[in-house]
Amino acid sequence: MDTEKSKGIPKKRRGILRIKDRILQCLIWAFSFITMGVLVWILIYIISNGISHINWEFISTIYKPVNNQHGIFPMILSTLYIVLITIVIATPIGICSAIYLVEYSRPGKVLSLIRFATETLSGIPSIIYGLFGYIFFVIALHLKWSLLSGALTLSIMVLPTIIRTTEESLKSVPIAYKEGSLALGATKLTTIAKVILPCAISGILTAVILSIGRIVGETAAVYLTAGYVTRIPTSIMDSGRTLSVHLYQLAKEGISFEQSFATAAVLVVIVAIINLFATTLAKGIKKFTIGG
Amino acid sequence: MNSSELKIYTHNLELFYGDAQALKNININIDEKKVTALIGPSGCGKSTFLKTLNRMNDLIPNVKITGDVYFDGLNVYKEYDIVELRKKVGMVFQKPNPFPMSVYDNVAYGPRIHGIKSKSKLDEIVEKSLVNSALWDEVKDRLKKNALGLSGGQQQRLCIARVLAVEPEVVLMDEPTSALDPISTLKIEDLMDQLKEKYTIVIVTHNMQQAGRISDKTAFFLHGEIVEYDFTEKIFSNPTDKRTEDYITGRFG
Amino acid sequence: MAAESSVSIELKGKEKKGSVSHFMKKNKKNMGSILEKIIENIFFLCACMAILSVVTITVYIFAKGSPAIFKIGIAEFVFGMVWMPTSGVFGIFPMIVASILATLGAVVIGIVVGLFTAIFLAEIAPGWLVRIFRPAIELLAGIPSVVYGFFGLIVIVPLISEYLGGAGNSLLAGIIILAIMILPTIISISETSMRAVPPSYKEGSLALGATHIQTIFKVIVPAAKSGILAGIVLGTGRAIGETMAIILITGNTPLIPTALTDRIRTLTANIALEMGYAHGLHQEALFATGVILFIFIMILNIVLNAIVYKKVNQ
Repeated sequence: MDTEKSKGIPKKRRGILRIKDRILQCLIWAFSFITMGVLVWILIYIISNGISHINWEFISTIYKPVNNQHGIFPMILSTLYIVLITIVIATPIGICSAIYLVEYSRPGKVLSLIRFATETLSGIPSIIYGLFGYIFFVIALHLKWSLLSGALTLSIMVLPTIIRTTEESLKSVPIAYKEGSLALGATKLTTIAKVILPCAISGILTAVILSIGRIVGETAAVYLTAGYVTRIPTSIMDSGRTLSVHLYQLAKEGISFEQSFATAAVLVVIVAIINLFATTLAKGIKKFTIGG
Repeated sequence: MNSSELKIYTHNLELFYGDAQALKNININIDEKKVTALIGPSGCGKSTFLKTLNRMNDLIPNVKITGDVYFDGLNVYKEYDIVELRKKVGMVFQKPNPFPMSVYDNVAYGPRIHGIKSKSKLDEIVEKSLVNSALWDEVKDRLKKNALGLSGGQQQRLCIARVLAVEPEVVLMDEPTSALDPISTLKIEDLMDQLKEKYTIVIVTHNMQQAGRISDKTAFFLHGEIVEYDFTEKIFSNPTDKRTEDYITGRFG
Repeated sequence: MAAESSVSIELKGKEKKGSVSHFMKKNKKNMGSILEKIIENIFFLCACMAILSVVTITVYIFAKGSPAIFKIGIAEFVFGMVWMPTSGVFGIFPMIVASILATLGAVVIGIVVGLFTAIFLAEIAPGWLVRIFRPAIELLAGIPSVVYGFFGLIVIVPLISEYLGGAGNSLLAGIIILAIMILPTIISISETSMRAVPPSYKEGSLALGATHIQTIFKVIVPAAKSGILAGIVLGTGRAIGETMAIILITGNTPLIPTALTDRIRTLTANIALEMGYAHGLHQEALFATGVILFIFIMILNIVLNAIVYKKVNQ
């Protein structure tokens, strides 16, 4: 069959070329299946081991091992508080920055400085954020180990994500809309508020959702700034333990593998839900830009 | 025009994109070492037809092809190895598409993937191909520079050089000058005139004058069919079909 | 002109949900433009928050960390082989080595496996498989690192212990888990940049008689290299900065490893492990560890960015 096909080319030469191709092709398939296998393994392993230990009691009760209470309700609450405060602080700043970068800034030193700073922020590892948060918010500003210290630290951490994602969505608004509004005599601010932001809203939401994912998953920075007490927080000045920190403590101290699995599964489920939201929204953006 | 060797011919060739028929019952004989022009309004199937000759349509999902294409007497879709076919039937695209690498590497790309490793041999091929594509004098001092820095016309001639470097027998050109300025266009037309001494050229063009200037034979496509195929002089001076006449006199298209 | 401005007033009128009387026209306009200016400045200030944050972080980390470096002595601190806070000996060289080894190992594995997987997703896999595979990878990119650490602790560490001996918590465990963690990053960025390669390159290559595989390795991957390198840079950053997962699986012994199964302690782990109870010079030494890590990250970013920049401009 092959000899018939390959008329006119030395058979040996062709053979060598084809073998190289074959080897590379095998490598591509092999490595892809390794990746896929490992990733599926992790997901299934965590979920299948964790899901049986998740029940209403686990989610709704407090954590007091001495009374044999192992619930994660305080951790859920602390996580929620930190997410909320961080989003409340970081989102407006991030959106305003993005608006400035897309709509107002002119190329120059200031702009490249802002870009450089954003890049740098996204490159700093979370343990450094934790260290900084501890030195600055916890000690220097006397905010103690508290949800607020944690949230402030995380706000800086998620700022680059919010800025960049919002920027992308602002840029994707068709220029014709903007021109249309300006041509009607609307001011720049009106155009931004009434035309550009509404068009970019799903992108901004994506930014927020991605940030929530990062906050929920963060351990090192929260651990050093918000502490790890297991009480139910009553104010933002209280110290608190997020779900990720809880998993870390359970695993580190070898307290209980069942609780660890269950907490890990809860985290995976939360992240899955967050991703689902983000993808759905991103699809919305695509449709919008194609349709527009 | 006297008798020529037959290089490519098709038999009842039909092509479908999903349910839409793009080519209907194409039967055409393409002569060796001649320039054959394919003209017709947009969407008439001329580019699609061109791509059946080196099987570039294979890249598009949902394409179904029936009928046969013969190259040197062998069935392109049944008896030919696709790599071997594309080596013998080179293609120049509408928009110049040099790879983002140096001028030298662009031209040497083909020979290299076909297994030539010797530096001196490659040097020789690169120079010869660039000379043949009338680009050598303009780029001989910047062979190591990125090809994307060349002008549009130079890029297109580089793409021609890249095709010549694999020593094809046929060169397919899909509107090779439509993205270029008039001066670059003239250079490429001159080049085609020289190339037909060695190569069989099939060119799709929107530009009627171009077809008239450079081709020996012209096929007029309409709605996926060949309306008329004849010597260029005949097509342009005395077309048989009313629709051909309407098209070349600019009444539609 | 007149028509235009009246339209603008009308719009503004609507905005305030009230009617604007004619004699207020001029005043209103001035107020409007002042408001515009004020808000523009607010936007600008927000954009400067990023700069302010970087400056504050740098200043505080260095201000808090560098005194200890000088107290201990730069050479003793950076090249010291022993870390014994209780005896006042603070040498972090083993941790520097550990951080570099763990990151390097993870990145090498991550690049090889990640690049091939990205090629698979971008060029080879059938559509239905991509639609399953890609969301899975996005999901894994979002999973908290501590979950990976936990998985490593429960699965990888016992496996290593069983087949290679020792306790299992080791450099190797760290490399494996870090590699798995950075895979999604490398894969998704590389895949995106390969998909962004103009189809005309692929067509051009195939039309010259190149096979699909040749086209991938000779044209598509080189054309996507800046994106691929960016993915690698991000992955490297993530690996070197990872803390909690590493603590769970590497044993945290501050010694230079001589085998893959040796325990290690990374710079990041050092900070997180002892921050809770350290005070005095010990605490300052932890801040100083942060300084060294910070410098590492900066050098890494500068070097890798320079490489990326150079490659792109070639």
